[in-house]
Amino acid sequence: MTKYARLASAADLRKVREGAKHKIVLRRYDRQPSDKKFQILVCGGTGCTSSGSKSVRAAFEESLKKHGLDHSCEVVTTGCHGFCELGPLVIVYPGGNFYVRVKAEDCEEIVTKTVMEGKLVERLLFQGRTGKTPRKTYKEMAFYSLQNRLVLRNCGRIDPEDIEEYIASGGYEGLAKALEMGPEKTLEEVKASGLRGRGGAGFPTGRKWEFTRMAEGSPKYMCCNADEGDPGAFMDRSVLEGDPHAVLEGMLIGAWAVGATEGYVYVRAEYPLAIHRLQVAMRQAEEMGLLGDNILGTDFCFHLKIKEGAGAFVCGEETALLQSIEGKRGMPRPRPPFPAQSGVWGKPTVLNNVETFANVARIITDGAAAYTSLGTEKSPGTKVFALTGKVTNTGLVEVPMGTSMRQIIFDIGAGIKGGKKFKAVQIGGPSGACLPESLLDSPVDYDSLTAAGAMMGSGGLVVVDEDTCMVDLARFFLTFTQAESCGKCTPCREGSKRMLEILERICDGRGKEGDIEELERLAHTMQQSALCALGQTAPNPVLSTLRFFRHEYEAHIHDKKCPAKACTNLMEYWIDPEKCIGCGMCARACPVNAISGEKRQPHVIDTKKCIKCGTCITKCKVQAVTRR
Amino acid sequence: MSKTVTLTIDGQTLTVPAGYSIWEAAHQVGINIPNLCHHPALRPEGSCRVCVVKVKGARNLSASCVTKVAEGMEVSTHTPEVLAVRKNIVELLLANHPRDCLSCARSGNCELQKIASDMGIRKIPYNYNRPPMKKDEGNPSITRDPAKCILCGRCVRMCSEVQGIGVYGFTWRGINSRVSPAFDLPLDKATCTYCGQCAKVCPTGAITIHNDTDKVWAALRDPEKIVMVQTAPSVRVGLSEALGGKPGDIVTGKMVAALRQLGFDKVFDTNWSADLTIMEEGTEFIHRLKDGGVMPMITSCSPGWVNYMEMFYPELIPHFSTAKSPQAMFGTMLKTYYAQKMNIDPAKIVSVSIMPCTAKKFEAQRPELSASGFRDVDVVLTTVELGQMIREAGLNFQALPDEQFDPLMGVGSGAGTIFGTTGGVMEAAVRTAYELLTGKGLDPLELAPVRGMEGIKEATLTIGKTRVKVAVAHNLANARKVCEAIKAGNPHGWHFIEIMACPGGCINGGGQPISLEMDTPVKRQEALYTDDRNLPIRKSHENPEVQALYREFLGEPNGHKAHQLLHTHYREQIRG
Repeated sequence: MTKYARLASAADLRKVREGAKHKIVLRRYDRQPSDKKFQILVCGGTGCTSSGSKSVRAAFEESLKKHGLDHSCEVVTTGCHGFCELGPLVIVYPGGNFYVRVKAEDCEEIVTKTVMEGKLVERLLFQGRTGKTPRKTYKEMAFYSLQNRLVLRNCGRIDPEDIEEYIASGGYEGLAKALEMGPEKTLEEVKASGLRGRGGAGFPTGRKWEFTRMAEGSPKYMCCNADEGDPGAFMDRSVLEGDPHAVLEGMLIGAWAVGATEGYVYVRAEYPLAIHRLQVAMRQAEEMGLLGDNILGTDFCFHLKIKEGAGAFVCGEETALLQSIEGKRGMPRPRPPFPAQSGVWGKPTVLNNVETFANVARIITDGAAAYTSLGTEKSPGTKVFALTGKVTNTGLVEVPMGTSMRQIIFDIGAGIKGGKKFKAVQIGGPSGACLPESLLDSPVDYDSLTAAGAMMGSGGLVVVDEDTCMVDLARFFLTFTQAESCGKCTPCREGSKRMLEILERICDGRGKEGDIEELERLAHTMQQSALCALGQTAPNPVLSTLRFFRHEYEAHIHDKKCPAKACTNLMEYWIDPEKCIGCGMCARACPVNAISGEKRQPHVIDTKKCIKCGTCITKCKVQAVTRR
Repeated sequence: MSKTVTLTIDGQTLTVPAGYSIWEAAHQVGINIPNLCHHPALRPEGSCRVCVVKVKGARNLSASCVTKVAEGMEVSTHTPEVLAVRKNIVELLLANHPRDCLSCARSGNCELQKIASDMGIRKIPYNYNRPPMKKDEGNPSITRDPAKCILCGRCVRMCSEVQGIGVYGFTWRGINSRVSPAFDLPLDKATCTYCGQCAKVCPTGAITIHNDTDKVWAALRDPEKIVMVQTAPSVRVGLSEALGGKPGDIVTGKMVAALRQLGFDKVFDTNWSADLTIMEEGTEFIHRLKDGGVMPMITSCSPGWVNYMEMFYPELIPHFSTAKSPQAMFGTMLKTYYAQKMNIDPAKIVSVSIMPCTAKKFEAQRPELSASGFRDVDVVLTTVELGQMIREAGLNFQALPDEQFDPLMGVGSGAGTIFGTTGGVMEAAVRTAYELLTGKGLDPLELAPVRGMEGIKEATLTIGKTRVKVAVAHNLANARKVCEAIKAGNPHGWHFIEIMACPGGCINGGGQPISLEMDTPVKRQEALYTDDRNLPIRKSHENPEVQALYREFLGEPNGHKAHQLLHTHYREQIRG
């Protein structure tokens, strides 16, 4: 394990930066390929690790050794690139050739062709949306080129377990500069940047810090909420895995600005890699004197601990999280007092999320003015979204605030999978809202979303197509929030149960007159009277689908039909006799022998026997089986 | 000095101290905002949400119990929207609550039932489909029926924050959330002291007192049995509340009359054995003081406290007075002294006690409390259970004449009566010990520093040439502080400590009538002080019937016979 020398001043830091530049210099795109030095970057994010990037790395090392290249070509494990469905991802520098779905057996070819001969391995390139337009580097891919990766700037580009690579990329300069500026000016800069909390509510970060700075009590705490709980959202995990020092640096700058000397990172135990990378980063930062006592030779001290959470969704709520840090059951408490007055152990506390902290260093290095040049007036900067669902390109997407949903889904995400029709996008996780086609062009920022009855949340974007039933979607999200309710307050605990019951019966075909009104009544009770944001926002998926897709609810209740043909109790499988060629494939595949018919004659499904598993649809070669 | 805030509630302008909640402010102008999770004895939690109100400018409705008043605030407590939301919340609670109100232990004084009635709820729009949950009836004191729990968390806060134990906690999540001891242990396996404070704050029938009235009715019906009853000091200042009276009513005479009408053969006074306890405990203290025994000495009358010490501080057992509690002393004397004196076969005696206490039910079952050769006490009823028997018998309690206790064990001193309040045992002991040591009466007789509701009280007395430092603690969180201080070497130099498990002492015991008024314990305490002042004898050693007992039966206090019959021992309790 490398031992890093302690830095006694900002000058020391800059010396290290100069000395470490060689580590990342090959990764500049203007660098021409030379026959001397190469670097192969293998993605080591959770997604790529799961799809086998560790064995890919080993295969590269073995191949390089075989060819005697192990001194001139280095294999570097990086953090997440955000395009996990194509993993394991590999980039060869210089040149930046971007290979996708690389397997261990492909490594020899990459070494012999790309490293030794400077040629591309065409079959491993990303083939574009049409599958026929290979892209050499990720600069040529719309998925990346239309993004504005600032928070994610180092993710996939540096080795997150080597602090020198972070420093070489300009890391800890924000801290050094803040220490020179003094806490007041640092705070002013963050306030001037207009940075708003990326955890969901969008509270101005500078103001939150100012409250804590003004509050009486010692010590003060600077805490990081890494309890990312929205299903499908993984931006915080990726930042921690790919660029942990950016979070540390943000926390350090914040601690300096508010006068905090202690801190916690509250991270869910289901993120073992993020925890590991964070631990490595903290150890290295401590060795270098960037964390702990007398940071960079000054009087500033900041001690940080990791608190692993057990994975309760509600622990993302700040007061519940603070309870959990203290070892208590994560249950929200009423505010005020706000954490700025009484947080961890009753002391003034700042709690910001991972992405918020990852924005901070750049505000100090580049200045507030540079920061506000991106995004909208009231929501400056960029936002990372986790784009998932029925969209062609899924992954992490960072765009300036104010970008339209259409650009995100149709330009970066390349539209809906399989040529289907877009129906809605759920933004803000399980307590967010479903927005229809008509709102696709409105800008995505805190205030526009609130106006549309939605919320930013942590930035989950779930795209659904015409095959998704909106009642069923609302039921899905309610199932989640009901199970994750902490059980403390009546409206959330009992109200979500009753809303879920009604949604279940509507999907089941047992919906009755008055159900929609009862859903609205319960939603109103929860919004108005639940103790915390979880309960107040849990009805959002129901209310937004009622607002934009009320006809689907009505069709379920009155006509006992599911317009999307997704609710199994409200549809049946049917063989079109015009199309059926009587091949018998469906009948043979049917697990309950519900399909009968003579050879070469149209077949028939006995709907009484049919269990609606859908096997017949997948087996039919002439699309004669349909849901109706 | 203290800041005030001016606000309007439903159009009325009022000024209240800063720091008041909206709920408290509204209460001051006669608006009772309904609530279920809030209780005056507990820190507000804001979890039931029944008390929501509209605050002008706020995004959502605000829970009035946890929202502090602010200057210029405009509050509406009963707009149609507020009432609709409240009603919906109560409907949601009712939907998941068993529909067996008629046979529930709390029928008639259930807070949920009352709120539902006040709101005029006539229909519950959702089905009851809570999975069945097991009742915990495995101990003599407290019955838990988790199906009736509305998760208000009062018991959780009472046990952890007031009593400092934390038997209960929230477990599971979502609709499966419940309140239970760790690992869902029954209370007799958990570290429950049976103090019963949880039952006193429970708004529904989820935590109730184990009911033993059937046993008493059966004994009263049995012609072979002689049923005799003792009544603890606090019962006479609590019973009236269970029968239409006010907190602080002193109803000793009516209580005696009622017990006779119910059919008890003899009606006696635990104040008598409280005086006896002072003779034994006071003598024990004087011996320890003179002979260099284990100090400080701690009282052992409160059975919740005894359980607590045996579970949490077994290493402090040598500090306990070995004197039995007044209930147990009475029981032993009934089946020995009284039986002998009246020539009754003790096997025929059913010894019943009426106590303000739930832990007494457990104490009565302790195997070591049987020095007479029989159980010292056969059945323990709480004040609440006696109230129920009186109602069941149809007695018009408030109209009953005042009657006297039966002789031999029916005279109690003022010192005996104040046993019911925090500080009372200490005050009674000091009255006697001072006089026995100095030969002079204490002047003034009342020991002001140990009176009142302060959590830990101290007093220093000069007895002859010795300075004696005494301390008094009530509720178990304060008991813990005292225990820790003793373990840390007794830095305060205490000689004698009185501890009672319940906040305020026995007057506020788990078996007393439930009250939602903050000042009820104080009123009961004042009633005991009044009773003390009005009694002809105010010192235990002057009780003629106690003097007769020693003369005719026991011999000397702490003598051989007294030791055999009136003292006990303790041992570590390991639960789980």
